[in-house]
Amino acid sequence: MADNEKVLIKGNEAIAEAAVRAGCRGYFGYPITPQNEVPEYMSRRLPEVGGVFVQAESELASINMVYGATAAGVRAMTSSSSPGISLMQEGISYIAGAETPAVIMNMMRGGPGLGNIAPSQADYLQATKGGGHGDYNLIVFAPSTVQEIVDIVYNAFDVAFKYRNPVMILADGIMGQISEAVSMPPMRDPADIPDWALGNGKNRAVIKSLRLSPDDALAAHNKHLQEKLAKIRKEVVQSEEYKCDDADYVVVAYGTPARITKTVVDALREEGLKVGLFRPITIWPFPYDALKALSDRMSKNSSSKIFVAEMAQNQLEQDVRMAVEGKVAIDSFNRLGGVNFDEEDLFDFIKKSVK
Amino acid sequence: MLNKIIVAGFGGQGIIVGAKMLAVTLMRDGKEVTHFPSYGAEMRGGTCNCFVVTSDKPIASPMVKISDVAMIFNKPSKAKFEPNIKKGGIMILNKSLIDEDASRDDITTYYVDATNIADELGSAKCTNMVMFGAFAKATGLVSLESLIGALKYTFPKMKDELFELNKKALTAGYEKAFTK
Repeated sequence: MADNEKVLIKGNEAIAEAAVRAGCRGYFGYPITPQNEVPEYMSRRLPEVGGVFVQAESELASINMVYGATAAGVRAMTSSSSPGISLMQEGISYIAGAETPAVIMNMMRGGPGLGNIAPSQADYLQATKGGGHGDYNLIVFAPSTVQEIVDIVYNAFDVAFKYRNPVMILADGIMGQISEAVSMPPMRDPADIPDWALGNGKNRAVIKSLRLSPDDALAAHNKHLQEKLAKIRKEVVQSEEYKCDDADYVVVAYGTPARITKTVVDALREEGLKVGLFRPITIWPFPYDALKALSDRMSKNSSSKIFVAEMAQNQLEQDVRMAVEGKVAIDSFNRLGGVNFDEEDLFDFIKKSVK
Repeated sequence: MLNKIIVAGFGGQGIIVGAKMLAVTLMRDGKEVTHFPSYGAEMRGGTCNCFVVTSDKPIASPMVKISDVAMIFNKPSKAKFEPNIKKGGIMILNKSLIDEDASRDDITTYYVDATNIADELGSAKCTNMVMFGAFAKATGLVSLESLIGALKYTFPKMKDELFELNKKALTAGYEKAFTK
């Protein structure tokens, strides 16, 4: 496909093509619905550009292959869906500890357990508050259109390499299956292998997550990680406000629920209700400051309200509460167990709630 | 103008790929468009459907509950999707496989003998093309020319003889769809 020409492409395929164009030359994965088009596409595409595609024997193997490839300074990724991402958590913690720039895609499906294959957002807390052990954070992006998937994936490798921190792209199953018209960014040469990578610098590189000696080695490393994460909090955070300037009511949502909420915002405004949408684009770092500023302004009107709309039980809501600090009333709209998120239901819910 | 379209039938009737061609046509006409297939435990012969949403403005929700247009390829899909067509909406029925008329009189129904027409043209596999030709006639949302134009664009590796067959099928659907 030519540059700048609009193409109709499925979310999962867009992830793969954008990654290749960003210089990704290693993909390691194990099949799971609803993201199978990612490995399918990669298995065909990566050999064309001299890359490596491996269908691993398990998710544990996949994430550790990504650990190895990124330790060598190669742009590499894996993708999976909820149960598979749970299996990867040990590896993700090692990658965070060893500071290698892995990119991980989670196309969420219904849980817990094997759950079902329908869209869900119930891995929010796993993605943003840990999942694996130890003090670390992933940088987590939450796209809501196929074009945004492309833009985020294209940028994700740069961000991961800049901070030497794993990046996760968190989307619900709808984002993987939907096709939309997108403009693809130009093909880039894989960036130079950095000096810190194994086998590349002048000095012998050591990439590890075990730090036993001296006694304060791990404490010092954790201090370094936290300083890095503090920098990321400032520099990477991103959010969008839609019709929030005069809003008495604001819906906070990300991913597919966010784009559906836009229709609901427009429909409610036609009925005279001043409604807006606040959409986190990074969910770690969470845009606390932007949402706090918005809720501070809203708190001057005692009848104002914030709605949290998610395909999970009060997960995103925990971050919203931390930002709002109790100054504005919060009402939750939860859809559980891998279901489609209905605009009519959200419309009725808000109308009833603001009466 | 927002239009919500449901395409529904058996797995293997070319529902998903036909809807993709429609989405590409709309995109090439300069419209915003989303294409969302039913997915998961799908199989040839099972039921299968696909949502196409198109508008002049960016599309918020790709999901369709109440449709403006429903393209119905088989009988089980008629039972499932006819009740959810918007009042004043359009239904397109594959008469070859559905031996009953529309149950509603507050929608406009177009009939086309799609599978038989496709069979006579050379392959029942192009039933979907006959249906999409009928779609152009029934809705005016796309022209027959732009559908034909999108064919090669959607299926770049299509052989010449298949292109000719599909083109004939689209044209036949456009010409032979009728209302009662």
